[in-house]
Amino acid sequence: MHTALVIAGKDLRQRLRDRSALLMAIVVPLVLASIFGLIFHNAISGRLTFKLGLVDQDRGPAAQAFVAEALAPLQRSGLIAVRREPTLGAARSATEQGKVSATFVLPAGLSAAIGHGRPSTLRVLGSVDATIGTQVAQSIAQSYAERIDTVRIASAATGATAIGAAQVAATPSPVSIADNSTKSRQLDAGTFYAAGMAVFFLFFTVQFGISSILEERRDGTLARMLVAPVHASAILVGKLLTSLVLGFASMGVLAIATHFLLSAHWGNVLGVAALIAAGVLAATCVMALVATLARTPEQAQSSQAMVALVLGMLGGTFFPVAQAGGLLATLSLATPQAWFLRGIEDLTGGAGPGAVLGPVAAILAFAALTGALAFMRAGRLIAP
Amino acid sequence: MVALPLRPATTAQASSENYVPCAWRSPDEADMSAWEVSPMAALRTVDAGVKGAPVGPLVHGPVLECRELHKRFGDVEAVHGVSLQIAAGETYGLLGPNGAGKTTTISMACGLLEADRGEVIVAGRPLTTRSVAAKAAIGYVPQELAIYPDLSARENLRFFARLYGLSAAAANARVEEVLAVIGLAERAREPTKNFSGGMQRRLNIGIGLLHRPQLLILDEPTVGVDPQSRNAILESVEALSAEGMAVLYTTHYMEEAERLCDRIGIVDLGELKAEGTRAELVALVGEHDRVTLEGTGDLEAAARACKSLSSVRAASVQDGGVQLIVDSARSVLPELLRTATDAGLAVSAVEVDEPDLETVFLHLTGKALRD
Ligand SMILES: Nc1ncnc2c1ncn2[C@@H]1O[C@H](COP(=O)(O)OP(=O)(O)O)[C@@H](O)[C@H]1O
Ligand SMILES: [Mg+2]
Repeated sequence: MHTALVIAGKDLRQRLRDRSALLMAIVVPLVLASIFGLIFHNAISGRLTFKLGLVDQDRGPAAQAFVAEALAPLQRSGLIAVRREPTLGAARSATEQGKVSATFVLPAGLSAAIGHGRPSTLRVLGSVDATIGTQVAQSIAQSYAERIDTVRIASAATGATAIGAAQVAATPSPVSIADNSTKSRQLDAGTFYAAGMAVFFLFFTVQFGISSILEERRDGTLARMLVAPVHASAILVGKLLTSLVLGFASMGVLAIATHFLLSAHWGNVLGVAALIAAGVLAATCVMALVATLARTPEQAQSSQAMVALVLGMLGGTFFPVAQAGGLLATLSLATPQAWFLRGIEDLTGGAGPGAVLGPVAAILAFAALTGALAFMRAGRLIAP
Repeated sequence: MVALPLRPATTAQASSENYVPCAWRSPDEADMSAWEVSPMAALRTVDAGVKGAPVGPLVHGPVLECRELHKRFGDVEAVHGVSLQIAAGETYGLLGPNGAGKTTTISMACGLLEADRGEVIVAGRPLTTRSVAAKAAIGYVPQELAIYPDLSARENLRFFARLYGLSAAAANARVEEVLAVIGLAERAREPTKNFSGGMQRRLNIGIGLLHRPQLLILDEPTVGVDPQSRNAILESVEALSAEGMAVLYTTHYMEEAERLCDRIGIVDLGELKAEGTRAELVALVGEHDRVTLEGTGDLEAAARACKSLSSVRAASVQDGGVQLIVDSARSVLPELLRTATDAGLAVSAVEVDEPDLETVFLHLTGKALRD
């Protein structure tokens, strides 16, 4: 243990001297969290309302259903405001002039087409200046279209030849728009991006510890350590300690800094601590596993960056993937990041530390799996 | 392998006093003032400091014993049946060209590499890659620099001192001693990436001395070093040996082996071809002379042609000429010149030498030590 501490002490000294490591661990996540927080603050907390246009050339039950089922709840929640345009031309100019971010175009014959199972197109005219608003409009249209498809497939299976538009409207949506808006509110933008950026960069921060073994092998200092009267395992433990300390330090600093600087509400301290502990452990194990698969430090660093990026994106640290629903949401649960954010979500809602037991267990399972695999391959790392 | 009588292993007994490396006397301009001190001054300074005995019990047998070491890398038989013994105070040189298996041999001797076959005994204890206690007796200086460029010289030394089990206080005291000895005391706080090549080399060696090992293993420590630093390194090895340290020194420079080593093992293609003192090795060549024909033209053909002469024992191409071992240079020289010229060598100079280690190597392996 003494040897492991000596090695970890040396490593931390090296890391402290390395500006880019500090930048990556603390400064970049903090800056990104504040930028994203600012951009999305209003959108996610519902204070900003997207103005959307609507051209109803259909004037049938499908259009009524769209307005009543897809748009009305969002209007009530304040996320969108809908403005009807008489003609396509008027809608176009309103969009171009920036009066609305995007416009839905319900073509003539939409209801009839749906009723007879013919394809039809619900168009969204977007403004290039309002990409977020356009995306919001597109996702609303998309979910409505998916709902129609579901009904169409269901009725094909039951042998029905025609579907009433009312039937479409009555079918529960596979992707609930209403859910979408209420869920976003649970995590305010400041907290979401504070937690998201912290856990995203955590995976980069911890990589320094374990993959420095590969650097030391390249530079000959690993051979020097192996020739000293120490157990090879102490070297591994020292490197793991380095990763853990770096992880805890960066998460701790980020939690405190975002609390004061970005008014992030992380919630119950004990719960946050448990989530951070599990997250640091999981990040270290994942990065250790990736390091055991690499032959050179450069290889390790690039594959670690790739893994951190993919897991981070999938885990919803940049975009709330979990709210997109479907396959992506399910896949995201295979990442410790998603569970971490889920845990923080629960805590932000005012729950006690008990609420994070599930997420913590999921993250620890991830750590155990990757840690066991890394352990089985660890011998390679300390071979001279 | 040629059997030779072992020299009595009592050149110098391990003393109970601390080993004191000499000061470095070939300064880089940068830190001249720091360590332009006479070796004796440095010795006194250090003597006044910490008194320490070498790590581990004093043993009366060899400090290092390698028995029948074998190592193979895929198809390459890197080391094939190498055995050697080194006594306290003795400097043993492994002399051989690049790729001879020197680094592989000492990697096994210091417990870095597992031998396929054979065993290593250090200070009476068997040594494997998993040994911990036995490794404490060894100081290892790798061929390539192995230091942390982002840490200072002092931080580098402290880290390794602690790794070798010195307490914080003992490590601090010892680090200052070693810094003085390697002439880096004035620049101890600077990151080593700012150091000149010679300074980095000195630090590389200093790390191996921190724990006062009984056995110091140096792998070609003078490669790529300027002549001044090289001389300083050789002097310090001599001083360490005089203090009773056993030294295993690898080199492909004949002059270094001749100057430093009490005994020399000649290695080629993973095998120990011969072993003994310089005089013993030279005697192996017998009453032979080394003839070097310098010139241009078809060197290969000239070497082949000369080799077919009955009085020529070995012939090999060296840069700019042909090197030969002949029974009696005086009588064979005219015939030799004729043969070489006929084979297409335009001879520009002829050199006849008494046999030296270079000759021994040529005699034993049929090729030049350096190509
Ligand atoms: N890790 C290794 N993998 C494969 N071949 C190696 C390895 N280390 C050394 N060798 C080979 O073993 C032989 C001896 O190498 P080495 O011990 O480094 O020689 P020296 O130190 O005398 O120059 C060489 O042919 C070298 O290519
Ligand atoms: Mg070598």
